[in-house]
Amino acid sequence: MTSAPLVIIAVTIAIAFVLALLSRAKKRMDLEQWAVAGRGFGALFVFLLLAGEIYTTFTFLGGSGWAYGTGGPATYILAYGAVAYVLSYFLLPPIWRYAKERQLLSQPDFFTAQFGSRVLGALVALVGVIALVPYLQSQMTGLGLIVQMASYGRLPETWAIAIAMLVLATYVTLSGVHGTAWTAVLKDLAILAVVVAVGVILPARVGGLHAMFTSIAHLRPGFLQLGAKGMGVPWFISTVALTGLGFYMWPHAFGAVYTAKHERVFRRNATFLPLYQLILLFVFFAGFAAILIVPGLKNSNLALLAAVQHVFPTWAVGVIGGAGVLTAMVPGSLMLMTAGTLVAENLYRPFRPSATHSEIQVVARVVVWVVAAVTFLFSIHSNAAIVALLLMGYNFVTQFFPTVVLCVWRRSWVTLPGAVCGILAGVLLVAYFALTDHTIVAGLNSGFLALIANFVVTLVVSAVTRSWEARRMGQGNAPAQVQAASGFET
Amino acid sequence: MSIRALAWIPILCIFVGVVFANRTYPIVLGMPFLFFYIVACIILSSLVMAIVYALDPANRKGE
Repeated sequence: MTSAPLVIIAVTIAIAFVLALLSRAKKRMDLEQWAVAGRGFGALFVFLLLAGEIYTTFTFLGGSGWAYGTGGPATYILAYGAVAYVLSYFLLPPIWRYAKERQLLSQPDFFTAQFGSRVLGALVALVGVIALVPYLQSQMTGLGLIVQMASYGRLPETWAIAIAMLVLATYVTLSGVHGTAWTAVLKDLAILAVVVAVGVILPARVGGLHAMFTSIAHLRPGFLQLGAKGMGVPWFISTVALTGLGFYMWPHAFGAVYTAKHERVFRRNATFLPLYQLILLFVFFAGFAAILIVPGLKNSNLALLAAVQHVFPTWAVGVIGGAGVLTAMVPGSLMLMTAGTLVAENLYRPFRPSATHSEIQVVARVVVWVVAAVTFLFSIHSNAAIVALLLMGYNFVTQFFPTVVLCVWRRSWVTLPGAVCGILAGVLLVAYFALTDHTIVAGLNSGFLALIANFVVTLVVSAVTRSWEARRMGQGNAPAQVQAASGFET
Repeated sequence: MSIRALAWIPILCIFVGVVFANRTYPIVLGMPFLFFYIVACIILSSLVMAIVYALDPANRKGE
């Protein structure tokens, strides 16, 4: 009975579609209602939801795959969250205040408002969409792998990824721009249960954690620390810096900052969200157990799924696959929606002021399918590790950080030309490194080098163009307020 | 000096401490030492930020 997993996965997808249709028929559940509902749910439920929230395909298949394929460097995934949350305590409240005063909606709005320039806003929207493609690709690759695994190899890879693409784009089209909170709830609970089960049972199969790590350390000396494949301590430091600083620079994460009820929310979150990162240990344990259970896989993305197939009965493989499908669909649809909205609102609307609301919606929906199709084309010719894909996205998205951090704390140090040149320099360098296949340069993460170049260009060009900027502001192009949105209240 | 400066502690532990913690042995709590160390850093960052949150005057005004 090897078709059981495929049936369970098909049913899971069907349930997600039905939930999407139902939520559209009834009242739309926006973030505000979601937050209100959250208060009614009770502390334990909210705890479980937040713990499940950590999981996307990146953490589920990517995290375990990286533990399997690279070992020690996987610790960066644990560390960067902590760095991002410490930073969020200081960075997010001033961004939130600035956005609230001006009723901003999206990430590009922040740049447009700061510099009174729609061109900069459009550039940010474009780079945001480019960064989302590899992130989306990681979700699509994961979804395709799950479908393929569930068919026990009967479906060719291209078909599996094509199905994944259709499922994602159809889901977004059905659920509309707000997404479906109930699918997210289902996903958070299902994946948490699956990950804890897999993270306990797989290591137990190979004699428990201590015995497992001892034998891996014997088999492959040095594998469980930094240093393999050029990923040494400098790589770790530069990658944690790049991804920690970029964490809130994703278009969807930056935009979500605006929706908080109070700025204190961010400071309180910084105290307990780091602990949720520890839930990732379960997938790492599962990935390491896979080294002993299914050694020698060519595609490390498959590590967790292959080990699961080896150890669990077919019905359980189906359940785990179903949870994995939701874990790709929920974040994947969020990214597709973000890309659609960015193009429609921040690239299309500013240059076509006569556009009606329904025209904008049509544009957003068309973009969803275009981005899904482009991502599909990238996915079928790629064998990239899921984590490498996410790191590529971070290379792009962190290029917003210099301008954002200067806007928040040293507003007079950055001008419009400085911001544009800095972001362009960073993005072009990232593109150059990507095309020439340089993910690690001089032992450092190449995206981090691009970030440094970006910072320098931003500061130098801003210093040179300061008088030009002053004249531009004087001519009525000025942003509403040029003072820093001071981060440090006295 | 502001209480907020405490936030540097977990940051330094992660970025500087890793130089000294990059080792497999001893295996602590079932984990290779590097993994155990990063886990400890995460718990430390949560504790430190809780202290900062409790003592930061910014969280007291405008209830």
